[in-house]
Amino acid sequence: MDETASRPAQTFRIKTAGRTSHVAVVAAIAILLVLTLLPVFASRTLIQDMIFLFYMLALAQCWNLLAGYAGLISVGQQAFVGLGGYLLFALTLVGGLNPLLAIPIAGVIAALFALPTALVVFRLRGAYFAIGTWVVAEVYRLGFAQVKPLGGGTGTSLTPAVTSSVSGIEWVRMLLDVRTPAARDIISYWVALALMAGTLAAVYLILRSRRGLALGAIRDHETAAASVGVDIYRIRFAVYVATAAMTGMIGALVYLQKARISPDAAFAVLDWTAYVIFIVIIGGIGTMEGPVIGAIIFYLMQRYLADFGAWYLILLGVLGILVMLFAPRGLWGHVAERYGLTLFPTRRRLVVDG
Amino acid sequence: MPLLETRQLTAFYGDFQALFGIDTTLDASETVAIIGANGAGKSTFLKAIAGLIQGEPDSVLLDGAPIGARPAAEIVRRGVALVPEGRRLFPSLTVEENLLIGGYGRKLPGPWTLDRVYALFPVLRERRHSATPTLSGGQQQMVAVGRALMSNPRVLLCDEISLGLAPIVIADIYAGLPRIKAEGTSVVLVEQDIVQAMKVANRVYCFQEGRLSLTGRPRDLSREQIHRAYFGS
Amino acid sequence: MTGWLDALIQGVLLGGLYALLAAGLSLMFGVMRLVNLAHGDLIVLAAFAILVLAGKLGLDPFVAVLVALPILFVVGFALQHVLLNRTLGRDLLPPLLVTFGLSIIIENGLLQLFSADSQRLRSGAIETASIPLGGGIAVGVVPLLTLLSAISMIVLLNLIFYRTPIGRAFRATSDDLEVAQLMGVDHRRIFAVAMGLAFVVITIAALYLGLRANFDPTIGPARLLYAFEAVIIGGLGSFWGTLAGGIVLGLAQTIGARIDPEWQILAGHLAFLAVLVIRPRGLFPRAQD
Repeated sequence: MDETASRPAQTFRIKTAGRTSHVAVVAAIAILLVLTLLPVFASRTLIQDMIFLFYMLALAQCWNLLAGYAGLISVGQQAFVGLGGYLLFALTLVGGLNPLLAIPIAGVIAALFALPTALVVFRLRGAYFAIGTWVVAEVYRLGFAQVKPLGGGTGTSLTPAVTSSVSGIEWVRMLLDVRTPAARDIISYWVALALMAGTLAAVYLILRSRRGLALGAIRDHETAAASVGVDIYRIRFAVYVATAAMTGMIGALVYLQKARISPDAAFAVLDWTAYVIFIVIIGGIGTMEGPVIGAIIFYLMQRYLADFGAWYLILLGVLGILVMLFAPRGLWGHVAERYGLTLFPTRRRLVVDG
Repeated sequence: MPLLETRQLTAFYGDFQALFGIDTTLDASETVAIIGANGAGKSTFLKAIAGLIQGEPDSVLLDGAPIGARPAAEIVRRGVALVPEGRRLFPSLTVEENLLIGGYGRKLPGPWTLDRVYALFPVLRERRHSATPTLSGGQQQMVAVGRALMSNPRVLLCDEISLGLAPIVIADIYAGLPRIKAEGTSVVLVEQDIVQAMKVANRVYCFQEGRLSLTGRPRDLSREQIHRAYFGS
Repeated sequence: MTGWLDALIQGVLLGGLYALLAAGLSLMFGVMRLVNLAHGDLIVLAAFAILVLAGKLGLDPFVAVLVALPILFVVGFALQHVLLNRTLGRDLLPPLLVTFGLSIIIENGLLQLFSADSQRLRSGAIETASIPLGGGIAVGVVPLLTLLSAISMIVLLNLIFYRTPIGRAFRATSDDLEVAQLMGVDHRRIFAVAMGLAFVVITIAALYLGLRANFDPTIGPARLLYAFEAVIIGGLGSFWGTLAGGIVLGLAQTIGARIDPEWQILAGHLAFLAVLVIRPRGLFPRAQD
């Protein structure tokens, strides 16, 4: 007697979204709307603070993609922040391009730089790779310190001609009745918001794609991933170049807003790596929600504690170590595990119908 | 009192349960063989005794003392040495250095010295300064056994020492067993080679999917019994 | 011509310092597979320790370092035992990030205690003494001592690793941690001893670093990079390789400086990257690995 014939056929689907995440999507759109309209009623200080929060979050998402998913622990991302910054200065000061146009172009050129960089630095593995990326960042720093047209070792500033050529300044001045510097900040704010949202969207899409499935596999168990045919080298290479492009654009924005660049600042390990790593670790590595939480916490700490100078940094170091030892999944990691939450669903669940 | 005893020994690899409450005993001067199909839990059993896998303190008793939760480095000091599956010699160390490091945890008085090990396996003396990867499989196995002996163990746990070796080589290694027993070491052998195991063992335990399926003396067990216990029905 | 010959000699002598800086890192890589991002800052910490001891006890740095050695051995032992042993495991991230955090703590702690002022270890006449080699070239006594100390240190380390029981334990643990435990090796203790030993090496390196040039709390990261480069150029797993790597790096830097003083450090980094491309395993890699 054939038993299987009498059972109705079962179908299977792959689902990613859950109920919480549907709510989250609506909330995210609402938040995005509010943030876009923020310049209408916020003070200039708040706008500047938000710019900082946005670009640190974007950098954190990039580092998380690299380290938390692709398993590439880099302590040299400052190479691409500085590169993006210097490219912006080069494209606008020397090339005469519109600054807003220069940002995406800087991203593309950063990706081009990342190609040979990856070829060299991928010869190292694991922790050696990490220090290798630091060496590379130093090479970039020392290299740009030799570029006299961009200020050499002491750096340079954007000319008023460049800063006032940012598109939309006149429009914002008229609409919101602010002076030129404030208008420039507002435009920078919208660019930062766009970059942050764009980075979040890009990372999310990557993780939801087939590549993302591969990345999750690499994150969980590299050897097993390789044994089912995941081409780890190519995926890592692609992720490295992609994050270099995003990081380059972020660097371009940062230095457009600061309007002043120097090698030591643009390629600083503290600002562009130490703080970023702190954000990801506190928030929760290997999740998309973690860096969001981490960035907010970091922003608050930076705002209220940065005046304590060396003590503040010691505190960051101690906190980082404690989290790494006793709560390695970070704040979000622990909460999510407890309550099974996901706001940015990337895991696939098998749903059986019938 | 038995020299070594396991009581309701369980072992997990993450969520996967490999052993389900194993009760065994080993008396002094006995040789016990553990047989069973691949994946039955034989190696896990030895690793649990040797301390590479920790469990309940009372699950493993040595001379009545609970060692189930003690780390491996302490257990070898107490006199239980494991010859690991696949030999796992140290590639950075020469043959002699591999033997010497076997004596690192040596706390107990006993007969085994470098010279005694060379007397047991003379070919090793000729290759004493060689790098271990250059040795044949059989020679490597001899180094692995000798290395374990250097800690003067009261219990020697051997995990598949015949694996991948030609019959004549296996015979050479097994020829050393009587000497080891004579010097006062009791032996637990995990073996794929049932015939060889039955020849040297006083008692046999058969594992099947993490559980004991048969126990007894070799001469008291029929082929059918063993076949059933090994493969299941 | 003399200029180039001088650059070569200075390069080899500088290489001695880099080899010393790198030897501790090589030890940590070798035994514990630990990539210690705080390595450079630990060297600076040791230099300040020697400075303080020399000042408070009124000692010459060469004597103060002897007082510092046992203290720093204990510090290293404790650091590994209490903190770094907790980061052991297959995951790469904890040891990297914990040592990174440590690096920030040490650097800023030193800044708080000593400010960013430049310091120097003073030893009197020996600092400027030199041995003339003829043709206008002279070899500084301190740089020469540095090179000789580097060579002695490496001979000593090889002796420990290849001729002592604990050296056997180091190598076995590095080969196969699990089976080393089966030999009765308490890997936690072995790592702590290895770290203590690494701190001894670091302290000697700090002595010569502080004698040769000024130091301040912020120079740590750069020393980490030089040490790392020396180890990689030389090849993992070999102390003599580390010496060779240090010398190659020193030569690259002095030759680069000869072409243009501003290019000194960049030349070193580029040489490292070149070796990485051409011979990724280094000049004298160990057979296994």
